[in-house]
Amino acid sequence: MNRGVEEERERIPMSQRPEWADVRPVPQDDGPNPVVPIAYTDEFSETMDYFRAVWQFRRLILDALNVDLHEELHFVDQITKDNSKNYQIWHHRRWVAEKLGTQIASKELEFTREIFSQDAKNYHAWSHRQWVLQALGGWENELAYCDELLEDDIFNNSAWNQRYFVVTRSPLLGGLEVMRDSEVAYAIKAILAKPENESPWRYLRGLYKNDVNSLVNDPRVASVCLDVLLDKRDFVHALNMVLDLLSHHHQPSNELKDAVDAVSPDPKPSDSNFAERVCSILQLVDPIRASYWRWRKTSIPAQD
Amino acid sequence: MGELMNEKHVKYILSVEKKKDDFESVVMEHLRVNGAYWGLTTLDILGKLDAVNQDEVVSWIMQCQHESGGFGGNIGHDPHILYTLSAIQLDIASLQNEDGSFSGDMWGEIDTRFSYIAICSLALLHRLDKINVERAVKYIVSCKNLDGGFGCTPGAESHAGQIFCCVGALAITGSLHHVDKDLLGWWLCERQVKSGGLNGRPEKLPDVCYSWWVLSSLIMIDRVHWIDKGKLVNFILDCQDKENGGISDRPDDAVDVFHTYFGVAGE
Repeated sequence: MNRGVEEERERIPMSQRPEWADVRPVPQDDGPNPVVPIAYTDEFSETMDYFRAVWQFRRLILDALNVDLHEELHFVDQITKDNSKNYQIWHHRRWVAEKLGTQIASKELEFTREIFSQDAKNYHAWSHRQWVLQALGGWENELAYCDELLEDDIFNNSAWNQRYFVVTRSPLLGGLEVMRDSEVAYAIKAILAKPENESPWRYLRGLYKNDVNSLVNDPRVASVCLDVLLDKRDFVHALNMVLDLLSHHHQPSNELKDAVDAVSPDPKPSDSNFAERVCSILQLVDPIRASYWRWRKTSIPAQD
Repeated sequence: MGELMNEKHVKYILSVEKKKDDFESVVMEHLRVNGAYWGLTTLDILGKLDAVNQDEVVSWIMQCQHESGGFGGNIGHDPHILYTLSAIQLDIASLQNEDGSFSGDMWGEIDTRFSYIAICSLALLHRLDKINVERAVKYIVSCKNLDGGFGCTPGAESHAGQIFCCVGALAITGSLHHVDKDLLGWWLCERQVKSGGLNGRPEKLPDVCYSWWVLSSLIMIDRVHWIDKGKLVNFILDCQDKENGGISDRPDDAVDVFHTYFGVAGE
């Protein structure tokens, strides 16, 4: 692998730098501060990716010197902001937070919130946030936070995932059964706002996991499909949902059938079977997945 | 490419004493071993492996091996599970936790990526019996989401890279029956966007490396025909730097070895 054209100082191997020739865990003179000299902080910030071993060393020092971990967390704060996709930093953060315990929960939630303000889908930060909630607590405002994020960007799949996480795992909300009704309403509202949004459709299905008959029998589901189709825009996911309903023996209303036929690019569809017709339309309106829709056509259960 | 030292069973010693010695030789470019793997595999796929001096490469890789048997990312680097997949030798059993998950190293970071690396490595060495496979599978299944996909830990968002790791691990251990292939296949083929490229999660930008994660996953569950291959090929070709060679993550970005590998493999 080429070194590339960069010739910053960081690219020189550490073993060739005189100041690192004799690495020992020697404490600083100025009291119980982290050993790593402040003069090197900028270097570390720039070369975080290459210091996994040093992070390990740092933890050993922190333990040995019984350093105030609040200070350590502050140090990590600064570095994480510029290196928010570095596995080692997040893992180090988790190590520190775990040692500090439940007192640090709200600070950690606040910190990940700051990261999300820059990148609302940062996978590391979401993983950290989920860990914080489960290990240290702080569930009280999590659903409201998901609301906020989704108001900012209704397409944020991470926020939808977190919503599901909260609804199913929060000790404060009562679980999926209790929450299902209001969450279905929430998903439907999101669908109507942006029917091309993959996430709320999946979320809706997820709310009825292990109970697909309830999905099929919930009138709101067929109803939202109808509404989207009548609008004649961004109806691919709606058609897919109709297909799912039909596959579970839902009896479509004439209104729904008419709405589906109205969006068909083919003026003379040849399938007499309604479900097959839906598949044919999908092959035309979502051609990149034509193979998938062709397969769906072959796997439609026998209609009554 | 030289001889892999399968017969050598050396315990990966997780002591502080060993670590101290390593710090004296902390070197940049810890990704060199991975970079070598990606680069060489690309050349192999292109039928150009004879372009490198194989003896030199093998000799360098062997210098990355520690007394413990593990491989570091470069000469003198600490061993870590991430680099050892490239070099294929590490005692992994000690990294498995009670719940079946795997840590990356002694500090305990857990991620289904490590489950895949552990299982893949041991399978290549015919040593899967060294871990508790049933528990390893159970943990991976606990990371399955409502959309059929998998995340890094239970409850984490489905992500194509994590899906590749989980499906791979399940495939190797003969546990693919835990995967809802139709549901996951649909999630995966929905990664294909208008430009023909594949993203890793809903509403994210396409990236050439997802050609590998998504495509391999689809192949493992026999659903690769659900992707529009022609459009994907065009996307990858558009990501090439036609003047200098190499492939980038998406059209007009800078090229790198990582994406070159995944782009060529995807093709």
